[in-house]
Amino acid sequence: MDIDRIDQIIDRHQCEASSLIQILLDIQSENHWLSKEALTRVGEKLQVPFTRIQHIATFYKAFSLVPKGRHEVHICVGTACHVRGATRILDTVKDVTGIMPGETDMDLKFSLETVNCLGCCALGPVVEIDGKVHGKMSPGETADVLKNYE
Amino acid sequence: MSDFHLEIDGNKVGVKEGETILEAAQQAGIYIPTLCHHEKLEPFGGCRMCIVEVESRGRTKLVVSCVYPAEAGLVVRTRSEKIDRIRKTILELLMAHAPDSPPLVALAKEYGANKDQFEKESSFCIHCGLCVRYCEEVKKNYAVGFVDRGVRKEISFIPEIAAKVCNDCKECFPLCPTSYLQATFVLTESLAFPTVP
Ligand code: SF4
Ligand code: FES
Repeated sequence: MDIDRIDQIIDRHQCEASSLIQILLDIQSENHWLSKEALTRVGEKLQVPFTRIQHIATFYKAFSLVPKGRHEVHICVGTACHVRGATRILDTVKDVTGIMPGETDMDLKFSLETVNCLGCCALGPVVEIDGKVHGKMSPGETADVLKNYE
Repeated sequence: MSDFHLEIDGNKVGVKEGETILEAAQQAGIYIPTLCHHEKLEPFGGCRMCIVEVESRGRTKLVVSCVYPAEAGLVVRTRSEKIDRIRKTILELLMAHAPDSPPLVALAKEYGANKDQFEKESSFCIHCGLCVRYCEEVKKNYAVGFVDRGVRKEISFIPEIAAKVCNDCKECFPLCPTSYLQATFVLTESLAFPTVP
């Protein structure tokens, strides 16, 4: 992500220090992570100390300080999904993508996370990819769905 | 000149509008233990050591004296069985992180806290925020800040800023109750801007 694009995002929020979190969220969703250059730029433009930006960027789980894949896969391992076989789903995803929860693959294609409840237990086991919920998944279906992502 | 009066441990104490209970007590020479308070810094209320009992309109409650504004007619008790028990537990929890911190050791003696009460988790920093707030509020250098949250919260120097300002300042060093700050600085220095001997 280049500086011009970051500046555009900052300008969209009128360069307001009170919009700091919103700006970081916008950069995160477009770029999938917050680079040091991006954070430094935001700090300069908004006149917010880097210590504060760093605290916020490390406080919320929505932000990542390392590059994330183009597709974010969330596997629910909450109680309901667990009893309905989330472990086998997770194993399948690990096999297909070659990564463990918390990791991103070398091609920056997938990032994998486990979550503790997505709020739709009746659909368990649930896999969420880029915000789209796939319910009542079997290991086979999960592998097929993952094939659709580039 | 005082605006109104309150009672602390049986003494009538004059206070000015806007002062906290802790400030009122300190001016009257009444000691309340603190860990995260510093006169040059904004009230923080992070450690809860300064907890006291206040009585107003016939009801007693526990308040944090370094952030609680003094009110006319309050009756404050700085020690009681309950307060001592709370302070003891706070100390025991903090000592799981920093068992040899001199101020903690001294207070533990006073309150009968056992440093081995809880399993050790030697992260040393007790999150008093004195270093971070001093750097921000007094020095306006923003060289050190907190990162992460909860049990993983820790201090972190910004190497680019620390390299420029810290060696000529180090005013936060004596504030740290545990020496963790110094250790973090030395580590940052040796990794990011080592001085050639
Ligand atoms: S490093 Fe020391 S001064 Fe800084 S927050 Fe931790 S205990 Fe407090
Ligand atoms: S001194 Fe009041 S909370 Fe720390």
